[in-house]
Amino acid sequence: MTAGLWEHWVLPGIWITIQLTIYSAALAAVVAFGIGMARTHRLRTVRFLAGFYTEVFRGTSSLVLMFWIFFVLPQLAGWALVPMWAAVLALGLSYGAYGAEIVRGALNAVTPAQREAGVALSFTPWQRMRLILLPQAVPEMIPPFSNLLIELLKGTALVSLLGIGDVSFAAYLVRLATTESAQIYSITLVIYFVIAFVLTRGMRALERKAKAGIGQRPEPGPGLVRRLGVRRTSKEVGPMGGGVSS
Amino acid sequence: MNNGTDKWDWGAVSDFMPHFWDGLLITLQVLALGSIISFSVGLLWALAFRAPTRFIRWPVGIITEFIRNTPLLVQLFFLFFVLPEWDIQFSAETTGTLAIGLHYSTYTAQVYRAGIEAVPVGQWEAAKALSLSYTRTWTAVILPQAIRRVVPALGNYVIAMLKDTPLLASIGVLELLQRSRLEAAQTFQYTEALTVVGVAFILIAYPSSLLLRALERRLVR
Repeated sequence: MTAGLWEHWVLPGIWITIQLTIYSAALAAVVAFGIGMARTHRLRTVRFLAGFYTEVFRGTSSLVLMFWIFFVLPQLAGWALVPMWAAVLALGLSYGAYGAEIVRGALNAVTPAQREAGVALSFTPWQRMRLILLPQAVPEMIPPFSNLLIELLKGTALVSLLGIGDVSFAAYLVRLATTESAQIYSITLVIYFVIAFVLTRGMRALERKAKAGIGQRPEPGPGLVRRLGVRRTSKEVGPMGGGVSS
Repeated sequence: MNNGTDKWDWGAVSDFMPHFWDGLLITLQVLALGSIISFSVGLLWALAFRAPTRFIRWPVGIITEFIRNTPLLVQLFFLFFVLPEWDIQFSAETTGTLAIGLHYSTYTAQVYRAGIEAVPVGQWEAAKALSLSYTRTWTAVILPQAIRRVVPALGNYVIAMLKDTPLLASIGVLELLQRSRLEAAQTFQYTEALTVVGVAFILIAYPSSLLLRALERRLVR
C-alpha cells in the first residue's frame, strides 16, 4: 500500500468513522434517555407510544432503516438529507431504541422505596427523576452503554454501503487499487479493534468516576477480559440481544 | 423518481411479492445455517475458555474478543475477498453464512460461559466424587444444566442475526434487501420494496421476541 492511499483514504476514513460514532452516539443518548424515561411515565399512552417506538426500531434491521432513510424518505418527504446525516439519523434512532431499554431497566432497578421517599417529600415527578432516580440509575447504565457503544462503532461500517468514505469504504478502494485484500482488510479490522479498545477504556474510567459519586466501586471483569480491558460480560446478555434484557 | 407525486403504489407491492418470498427463503436459510454454526462454534469457544491450560485459554480469549469487537461487514469482505486468494472458493451465500455464524459464535460463547458459570460448584464436586471422566462430567452433568438456562439468550442472538442478514446484500447474496434493491433498480420505485422489507423484519422479529420472553419465563425457573 502506498503512502498516497494511506493519506487520502484511510486516515480521513478513520476520522469519518470517529465522527460518525460520536454524532450517532450523541443522538442515540438523547433518544435513549427520552424514550427510556417516557417508558416509566405515569400515563399509559406515553408508555405505549415509547414502547411502540422501541419495538419498531429494534425490530427492523439498521441497514434496511439506513437504506430507507437514504432512498425512500426523500421521495416521501420531498427533501433529502446529506448522506452523512442520513447515516447518523439511522444509527442514532436504532441504537437509541436499544439504549432506551437500558435506561428503562436501570430506572426500574432503583429500589421502589427511593421513589416512595420522593413522593413522601412531595417532590414533583420531574424532581424525583432528576434528583433521586437518575443519579442512582446512571452509574448502572454505563457498562451496558459501553457495550452498546462498541456495537454502534461496528454499525458505522454499514455507511460504507451508502458510499460514505469511512474506513471500510477506504478499505474497499484500497483493495481495488492494490488488489491485495488480505493486507488492507487485516489493517482495517485492527483499526476498528483499536478504536473499540480506546472507547472501552474511556467508558471504564467514566464508570469508575460515576460509581465513586454514589460510593460504589465497579466490579472487576473475569480474568482475561479484564487483562485485555476490552468488553465486559455480565450474567445478563448484552443489549443487542433483541428483547429480553430486563 | 418517475412518479414522485404518487406516494404509494400497491401495484408495485404486488409486483415485488414473488421476489419477496424468494428472498425470505434465502434469508431464513442463511439464518438457520448461521445459527447452527454459531451455536456449535460458540460452544467450542466456551469449552476452550475452561481449558486446563492457559495456552488454549489465552489465544481463544484474544481471538474471540477480536472477532466480537470488529464489524461484521468488514469480516464479511475479508472472507469474501481473501479466501479466494488462498484458493478457497465458496459461493457468496456460503461465505456470508460462515461470516455471520463465526461472528455470532463469539456472542453465544459468552452466553454459554455465563450458563456454565451458573451451574453450582456442588455439581462439579458431585461429578468428581462419582469419579466421572472429564467428558462425562461435561456431557452428562454440566452442559445439560447450563444449556437449559441459556436457550432464551441464544434465541435473542438468533433475532439479532436475522437483523444482520441484510449485510449479505453487500456481497450479492439474493436475500430480502438485495431483492428489494434489484426490484428498485428495475422499476425506479424504491419506496414500496424497501418499506415491505423493513416491515417484514419487524413482523418477524417482534413476535419472536415475545415468544422468547414466554420461553424465558418457563425455562429459567
